[in-house]
Amino acid sequence: MSGVLTESKSSGTRVSLPVFRSDFMADAHEASTDIRLQAAMDNSVTKRDMGRKTTLSELPDANALRELAGQIKRHTLDHLDYYLELLEANVKRQGGQVHFAADSQQANKLIVEIAKRTSSKLVVKSKSMVSEETELNDALTEAGIEPLETDLGEFILQVDHDHPTHLVMPVVHKNAGDIGRIFEKYFKTDYTDNAQVLAEMARVHLRNRFNEADLGVSGVNFAVAETGSIVVCCNEGNGRMCVSRPRIHVALMGMEKLIPALDDLPVFLKLLARSASGQSLTQYTSIVSGCRRPGEIDGPEEFHLIVMDNGRSRILAGEYRDTLRCIRCGACLNSCPIYRKVGGRTYGSVYPGPIGALLTPLFNGLEKHKHLPHASSLCGACFEACPVKIDIPKFLIMLRGDQVKAHITPWVERAIFKLWTVGLRFGWTYRFSQIAQRIGMRLLMDKQGWVKNLPPPVNGWTKQRDFPAPAKENFRRVYKRYRQNQKPSGRH
Amino acid sequence: MRVSLFIACLTDLFAPDVGMAVVTSLEYFGCKVDFPTAQTCCGQPAFNNGFPADARTLAIRMLDVFQDADYVVTPSGSCCAMIRAHYPELFHDDPKRYDRAVDLAARSYEYVEFLTKILKVDLSNLSLPEDEKFTYHYTCHLRTLGASGASAIALLKQLGGASYTEMEKADQCCGFGGTFAIKYTDISGAMVRDKVQCGAATGADTMIVNDGGCAMNISGGCHRQGVPMKVRHISQIIAAAIEHSAQKKVVGV
Repeated sequence: MSGVLTESKSSGTRVSLPVFRSDFMADAHEASTDIRLQAAMDNSVTKRDMGRKTTLSELPDANALRELAGQIKRHTLDHLDYYLELLEANVKRQGGQVHFAADSQQANKLIVEIAKRTSSKLVVKSKSMVSEETELNDALTEAGIEPLETDLGEFILQVDHDHPTHLVMPVVHKNAGDIGRIFEKYFKTDYTDNAQVLAEMARVHLRNRFNEADLGVSGVNFAVAETGSIVVCCNEGNGRMCVSRPRIHVALMGMEKLIPALDDLPVFLKLLARSASGQSLTQYTSIVSGCRRPGEIDGPEEFHLIVMDNGRSRILAGEYRDTLRCIRCGACLNSCPIYRKVGGRTYGSVYPGPIGALLTPLFNGLEKHKHLPHASSLCGACFEACPVKIDIPKFLIMLRGDQVKAHITPWVERAIFKLWTVGLRFGWTYRFSQIAQRIGMRLLMDKQGWVKNLPPPVNGWTKQRDFPAPAKENFRRVYKRYRQNQKPSGRH
Repeated sequence: MRVSLFIACLTDLFAPDVGMAVVTSLEYFGCKVDFPTAQTCCGQPAFNNGFPADARTLAIRMLDVFQDADYVVTPSGSCCAMIRAHYPELFHDDPKRYDRAVDLAARSYEYVEFLTKILKVDLSNLSLPEDEKFTYHYTCHLRTLGASGASAIALLKQLGGASYTEMEKADQCCGFGGTFAIKYTDISGAMVRDKVQCGAATGADTMIVNDGGCAMNISGGCHRQGVPMKVRHISQIIAAAIEHSAQKKVVGV
């Protein structure tokens, strides 16, 4: 193995993920008032979340299975150096080649070099989040090689020069009408919003192009260290085409995507499709072990596995190791009430939703995405949904703490919390602050006892809803009188 | 059974009725209730915003205040979750206080949990003064407490005159989240509108919300949107049924 691990550990807070959007508050405002987006979210995301619950409940003990999956992932991460070397040895044994990339640039460079050496003109891609992370399509295009997304959603986005906004439903932010207009322009045909017709248009187009392709790039859902196999799960069949049809197959993976043995795979297969889309299994589950053997009549001539670090070893070394358990199923997105309101674009980078709110600041530094750890009500739906039990709310709170320590949290907020703690620390300050709040807010309230406009810094509340004025008397006074009236019959 | 009340700061200031309804119902079920007046706040806002040292300061006070309590019962689920799930972790490097935190966590209960798990109450001999249609918001703290909304709904259904309709997205967060509601008001606003609409669509007279923060948020949302649905803590419904049933006995019907 190369010196990848130590190399990127020293890279400090270098930005590892591309940044598409940088004004979180403006994007959140726009998205949260976008009625069309909310409807699309309820139709797809919320429904998938219900599907997840239903299919998981069919298992004898889904919670125990999630616990096991989390433990397998934790074990693998704790011994990642060992399993990476095992994987490397076994891929080589199967006739494949393994390349380690310290960052996304190196990963792209390796793929471009393989494409050039093999005179590849057209690269077909199956859906891969890690290739979004490296912006592989741009790198290929710059090198004069044509990349073609073959997942329907990704294909639509490529044609429209857009980015995915969900881990497994990349095009969730567009409806059939939007896609109809994109295809009308691209295929120069009549407009239709019939999903079946649109899908067929893409299918016919992509089928022909698969036959022209020289090189197939796939992601990796799981890499099995013990056998040197990679597992690609997909629903459209394009993934299997990408790994089997072209002369060359390149698989790109983040270095955390390992599992120790083939025996572990069923645990994850049972959870992945259920968590992602409420299916018991994806339509296609391809287990690829190396390339064409002597005497075989089909399959790629070369198999390359690119294992990318790109900041992962830095996360592995710290307190956030368990975030690397993620299997990119998207269940945390589907369950998240905030993602449902703001959509994926607002998260600003490749990984949206709750897991993105963790990964993006971890990859790119706390400063750059300072809103992400805070834009959560900590409701815990993501933790409950996560098939590998990543305690996302706990990590969000830890990131908030890291921001406080790094003085990224504004001094005003830090001062408010100091003052607030003092206010609640002693009985008399507590009573005083309650009286002050009661008097203040009862001055602002209308006849029905509601405050319509609170002053800064709490005016955010009344921008969206009214604020109830405090009661005339607080509980402790009412309670005291209640006990005093009872006195003759008992002592308290 | 001796019960010490923990009336969280929001309930103390904004909803004394909820606190008194808890007192009424616990006494009705035979508990000897006390209220240690030295209590202030559990420290949840500081903890959630990344100020664990400040949260610890307040948690130490709570450890002292409830040192001798047999049971600590609170109508505010998120504060209970703070004590149960986060106090031990706050003192992970302070073995003495860690043990006390684990001990307090084991004695602390959210109101519905206490009624169903410890008192194992049966409300079927109680009835409401008037028929009332309910829906229920699954407050998020239930996840942290390892509970579900099912026990609250089961209690509600035992009451004479109560009917229940589940709302869509019943377990979706209402958008409160403490400072989140103020800092990210646009997102929080979209969430509370969704909650109010889902609740109103059931045609319920009353939405049951078992947390002070969620209740403030949802009732404020209802009022802003002109939705007449009431927002109540389940203790208020139970206390009303207790008072009504007591009156019935007095007049002999």
